[in-house]
Amino acid sequence: MSGQEVVFALLGVVAVGAGIMVVTTRQLVHAALWLVVTFGALAGGYLVLTAEFVAWVQVLIYVGAVVVLLLFGIMLTRAPIGESADLDSGNRWVAAGVALATAAVLVTVMAMGFRDDRMPLKAGGGSADELGASVFRTWVLPFEVLSVLLLASLVGAIVLSRTDIGGGADIGGGTDIGGRADEEGGA
Amino acid sequence: MLEIVGKLVLVAAAFALLPLLVGQAEHKVMAHMQGRLGPMYAGGFHGWAQLVADGVKFAQKEDVVPRDADRWVFKLAPGVALVPYLLVLLVVPVGPDGQVVLDLGLGLFFALAVMGVGVIGAIMAGWASANKYALLGGMRVAAQLMSYELPMVFAASSSAMAAGTVSLTGIPEEWRWYWLPWQAVGAVVFFVAGLAELRRPPFDMPVADSEIIFGPYTEYGGLRFALFLLAEYAGIVVLCALTTVLFLGGWKGPFLNTELGWLWTLAKVGVLAFVVIWLRVSYPRMREDQLQKLAWAYLVPLSLAQLALTGVLKVAFG
Repeated sequence: MSGQEVVFALLGVVAVGAGIMVVTTRQLVHAALWLVVTFGALAGGYLVLTAEFVAWVQVLIYVGAVVVLLLFGIMLTRAPIGESADLDSGNRWVAAGVALATAAVLVTVMAMGFRDDRMPLKAGGGSADELGASVFRTWVLPFEVLSVLLLASLVGAIVLSRTDIGGGADIGGGTDIGGRADEEGGA
Repeated sequence: MLEIVGKLVLVAAAFALLPLLVGQAEHKVMAHMQGRLGPMYAGGFHGWAQLVADGVKFAQKEDVVPRDADRWVFKLAPGVALVPYLLVLLVVPVGPDGQVVLDLGLGLFFALAVMGVGVIGAIMAGWASANKYALLGGMRVAAQLMSYELPMVFAASSSAMAAGTVSLTGIPEEWRWYWLPWQAVGAVVFFVAGLAELRRPPFDMPVADSEIIFGPYTEYGGLRFALFLLAEYAGIVVLCALTTVLFLGGWKGPFLNTELGWLWTLAKVGVLAFVVIWLRVSYPRMREDQLQKLAWAYLVPLSLAQLALTGVLKVAFG
């Protein structure tokens, strides 16, 4: 094994170990913090594979924004210090089964698809230049389709969260103000 | 090898010295602007040794961890807050031709990504203190970061677009004087959003001492508190250095760019740091809703407009 492979394997162990900690820890906020370690190890993995751009974007988006959003959400609802007894879902064995099955399918596909092929890593292969050229020249159509998908989900989120434009008819819809006042009076 | 070691030593020295200089400058500039003297006797000239005395005081204090706190997270938080800024200094160039420790091709993304990590330290501190004021402060830190990260990245992208590279050494090389009017909006948005990310006044709602004591840092004392303070000043240095490199031409000055490049960089950083302190003295603290409104209703549209302007002019004349 070359030095690169050793580092990559170690990062993999860290990522999987921290991932296991995320789902097994009994402290809610610790789970989010272990997620930081997982994402960090993943970013390290990308770096070893010379995908620099993906690595830094992983840190910027997932560690810098997604985990912060998660922590914010947890703190806003409940963030007890110490162990929470009710963190384990009754579905956990089913979930573990699904996760294992998915992993098995993915590993099988990878193993059957690539056998013992080896991709030569060249330095700078994941630089901004290379990535930009391939995204905006070769793969520009899928890229644009993806951006339309994201736009659709953005519009959907706005429609769902705003009751005054007809999305949330079941909670008043913003038209029947008198009726809502009555409900409050009744409650 | 020797060169790398030398550069690392220089960066470590800069990291140890520059934040302290900014801190001392803040004491003195604020004192003069507000017409109050403060400590004037320690060390003789203008009480310069007061900073040393403060440091000794911090080091002597007892290291207290609240009984109900989450010990590990509580103790880890100051480090998480401080180390990212040290890492960013590694990629900031002070002069042309390799006067930088690590010349990353993606230096800009590295700097922005790592700066975002530092904020997690403050959130961890806020949660682990087992104090409701600290928790409120932590939540405000998180809300502030989520709002201001977007305009900051947009504004930085505008500079990268104008230069045609995301390398922090490449951007000043492409810089010309006409960037000053062309990228002016982007520069202001980047600087203001950066201030908000550092939670400096007038964006210090998360640590608002008159309502939530000191936010996430309420329960900290002694050396750990000093580390948070150091992180704040190191953050000012890093923000000013990034603004210099992205929008003010980095090492480019009126003459002798190659020989005196480091001096131009340091001078620009110093002037920007002065502006940061000046803003603290001049503006009252913004309310939480005003903070969010400034980010989403003004800074995000402005930064998008700057991106469009950069793109149009780049295609038209580039």
